Amino acid sequence: MFIIKCPYCGERDHSEFNYGGEAHLVRPKQPTELSDDQWAEYLFMKKNIKGLQYERWNHSHGCRRWFNAARDTSNDKIHSVYKIGEKPNK
Amino acid sequence: MKKKYSIFALIKNSLSYHENWQRAWRDPEPKKEYDAVIIGGGGHGLATAYYLAKEHNLKNIAVVEKGWIGGGNTGRNTTIIRSNYLWDASAGLYDHALKIWENLSQELNYNVMFSQRGVMNLAHNQHDVRELKRRTHANRLNGIDCEWLNVDQVKKFCPIINCSPDIRYPVMGSTLQRRAGTARHDAVAWGYARGADGMGVDIIQNCELKAIKRNGDSIEGIETTKGFIKTKKVGVVAAGHSSVIANMAGLRLPLESKPLQALVSEPIKPIIDTVVMSNAVHAYVSQSDKGELVIGAGTDSYISYTQKGTHEIVEGTLKAILELYPIFSRLRMLRQWGGVVDICPDASPIISKTSVKGLYFNCGWGTGGFKATPGSGHLFAHTIARDEPHSLNAAFNINRFISGDLVDEHGAAAVAH
Repeated sequence: MFIIKCPYCGERDHSEFNYGGEAHLVRPKQPTELSDDQWAEYLFMKKNIKGLQYERWNHSHGCRRWFNAARDTSNDKIHSVYKIGEKPNK
Repeated sequence: MKKKYSIFALIKNSLSYHENWQRAWRDPEPKKEYDAVIIGGGGHGLATAYYLAKEHNLKNIAVVEKGWIGGGNTGRNTTIIRSNYLWDASAGLYDHALKIWENLSQELNYNVMFSQRGVMNLAHNQHDVRELKRRTHANRLNGIDCEWLNVDQVKKFCPIINCSPDIRYPVMGSTLQRRAGTARHDAVAWGYARGADGMGVDIIQNCELKAIKRNGDSIEGIETTKGFIKTKKVGVVAAGHSSVIANMAGLRLPLESKPLQALVSEPIKPIIDTVVMSNAVHAYVSQSDKGELVIGAGTDSYISYTQKGTHEIVEGTLKAILELYPIFSRLRMLRQWGGVVDICPDASPIISKTSVKGLYFNCGWGTGGFKATPGSGHLFAHTIARDEPHSLNAAFNINRFISGDLVDEHGAAAVAH
């Protein structure tokens, strides 16, 4: 159980949020030209990081807006949150 | 050579106050080189080593475990064993395992307490009824026992289920696989460890993998906390940490690691003599031989390696349990824990070669790997020894995520185990 700080609403219990997976994945610009290998890479081959991960969250039971978080998956500690389009603090 | 466990051994050892039993397995230091090294000393890894030694005549094998054997998901699951999967490939895989379970205690000379008490899968709506009836037919076509119970038969088979039409998700029927059941999870790890050790396999505990050394496209050895070990074949059976290890070898896997929780109640007198599962409301329960109710909860949605999940997941499961079994309302829960499970997009496992020669992965068992332990080890040993899959695990290769030939078992596997 952990607290997530929505960049719009402030600190809330994580149960108000929905997880949206790895952040900063860019959908292929020319999907028709992708090989099966490249599709598999984009769709299925996850980083599944143990450590600091950049990920998307949706404040689904709050303001319903999407944002990003940098969370350590080995201890669930959230290091920073930032809005869509912004860059994470290093 | 291992001394056989028997009633005579028990009597003989009782005369010396049970102080002179032979060690069940040794505690060796790693040798410089092995023919094959298995990473991960859970049930699947130990079974792999056991069958490599027994059926493929490889004697110079090590199992490397970062903690203690059976301390990961092998010791954290709800011990349910069944093979009533929808697709042919899954049915083949899980029934192969179930057939080995049926003689495992005798084979290992170790009581794994395999109990064929039956597994029910409840239906709570018309869609469930159709899907589960379809699965019943599919199972029977594959030679797997499965029957459909109507509500009266459900009530008769397991009287404590609330079959009232007034509950939020009323019970509308159930499948029953009578050959399914449970086993003692620790005993499976210990039995395979003792069997493998008896054939010369080195089980090296407290030895963490640090790096996989590659020479181009083949394996040179592994770097561990106990030094470098030379080997040409590495079989990885590391459950939730599979992606971390794949990363060491420069590979990526289609896995996400998530916390999965389970809990047990205080021990009570025998009240439920079967296993009841419900995917729709996510509740499943059985009773251990100690008398505790063993309850499985769900996974959290986010990636985490913490071995602990959130309270809402437990709360949701217990609400469903209480609706289905009002008789449990006064029970206190004794313990709750989590494990890290590696989930594939199609909810089916990977037992496969990789693009690196001599590197094999057995992973992606997600929320339901325990039931497959003997079969998984048996088929993975075959894959490692012959460098090609057995016909039963050919469909479970990594390349299916490129070809699109998935084994989509979300209906049968993704929720409850």
